[in-house]
Amino acid sequence: MNVQEMFEIGPYALDKKQKSLFLNAELHRLTLHHRRHCEAYANILNATAGASSYLDESGIESEPFLPVRLFKMLELKSIGRQDVVKVLTSSGTTSQTVSKIFLDKQTAGLQARALVHIVKSFLGPKRMPMIIVDTPNVIKDRKSYSARGAGIMGMINFGRNHFYLLNDEMEADWEGLERFLKVHTDQKVLLFGFTFMVWKYFAQAAERQGKKVDLGDSLLIHSGGWKRLEEEAVDNVTFKKVLRERLGIGQIHNFYGMVEQVGSIFMECEHGHLHVPTFADVRVRDSETLEPLPANRPGLLQVLSVLPESYPGHSLLTEDIGQIHGEDDCPCGRQGIYFSVHGRLPRAEIRGCSDTHESV
Amino acid sequence: MEQKLRTIFAESLEIPEERVKDELEYNTLPEWDSISHMSLIAAIEDSFDIMLDTEDVIDMSSFGKAKEIVAKYGA
Repeated sequence: MNVQEMFEIGPYALDKKQKSLFLNAELHRLTLHHRRHCEAYANILNATAGASSYLDESGIESEPFLPVRLFKMLELKSIGRQDVVKVLTSSGTTSQTVSKIFLDKQTAGLQARALVHIVKSFLGPKRMPMIIVDTPNVIKDRKSYSARGAGIMGMINFGRNHFYLLNDEMEADWEGLERFLKVHTDQKVLLFGFTFMVWKYFAQAAERQGKKVDLGDSLLIHSGGWKRLEEEAVDNVTFKKVLRERLGIGQIHNFYGMVEQVGSIFMECEHGHLHVPTFADVRVRDSETLEPLPANRPGLLQVLSVLPESYPGHSLLTEDIGQIHGEDDCPCGRQGIYFSVHGRLPRAEIRGCSDTHESV
Repeated sequence: MEQKLRTIFAESLEIPEERVKDELEYNTLPEWDSISHMSLIAAIEDSFDIMLDTEDVIDMSSFGKAKEIVAKYGA
């Protein structure tokens, strides 16, 4: 099996055995590919494990992984400068350095297709009228996107007649929203936004200003991390409850993803679990020893993806703490590992897509 | 249909019609990026009175491909 064949089957169609056959070979191919085409990556592998290691394909646990923050320190790419079509940068305030992810046509295309393949299994094939809980200015710079901009550009294809809810001052345009909903009465509406911004500038703003909105038959997809919400003691259950009661949004799906691995995102199912698609895998490692941990033990999340051809980002150790709940047996019926993310490793550098807008 | 589509491409991407050939490819010219792609899609939908699925929005990666896709919708 190869990556192309993954587009012919459902994003959660493979069980553990089928999946490991595909993933082991594909991830190992990527390790060798990047080792050949990215000198810095080859040097890292040689320095950490010796030149002869990683030549065998012995399973996902033994594939090398890079700490995700390395992309902030080094320009890691496996393509020539002339083949770069897009550079994605991670979020970060001015005092922080940003990750730089270099995409060529092939990887950008794979990412876009994988994202569609995964998300359309939740939304269906038809594009819906779409509300973006952000300001249009976040996608103004067209050659280089921030994590926020990249997230929006990825999701925008699922909608039509896009309406940007916020202005540059992060104020919701309530009248515009009303007009939009009137035009699209009786149609299912799609909303997308970053978790913190949806909470603060939509749900809380509505509450503060005494606005009651009924979005009717609608579906919200949100992402970007829970850190700022945890500070306000808002968990996923509360988030969903308030959005349902205050805004009438019935269906809400979070996803876990990062600019270093765009496309192969982890969507939350109806049972609140994040699901690993066929293009990706997840492992949990002990934060001290970095040894793999069994299910139900919290540790550092390692994310693997078969999409990154243009940069060595197919196996990354994140700074997020999470735990695996099971594999192939979620009550929602999707196959593959399902897990949850608890938050950031203490003392890890602070970042998160939706956390970059400083509140005033 | 081809000429109508060519005009839509030229107008949406703000490039001369002579440049709109089958080989014209998404992301290989600054004028055709993900933002102008959305206005291009909207213009195609309006002019041909069709509604494209998400998959086709992604697959529309060249003018040649766009012709195939629009034809599929019977436009």
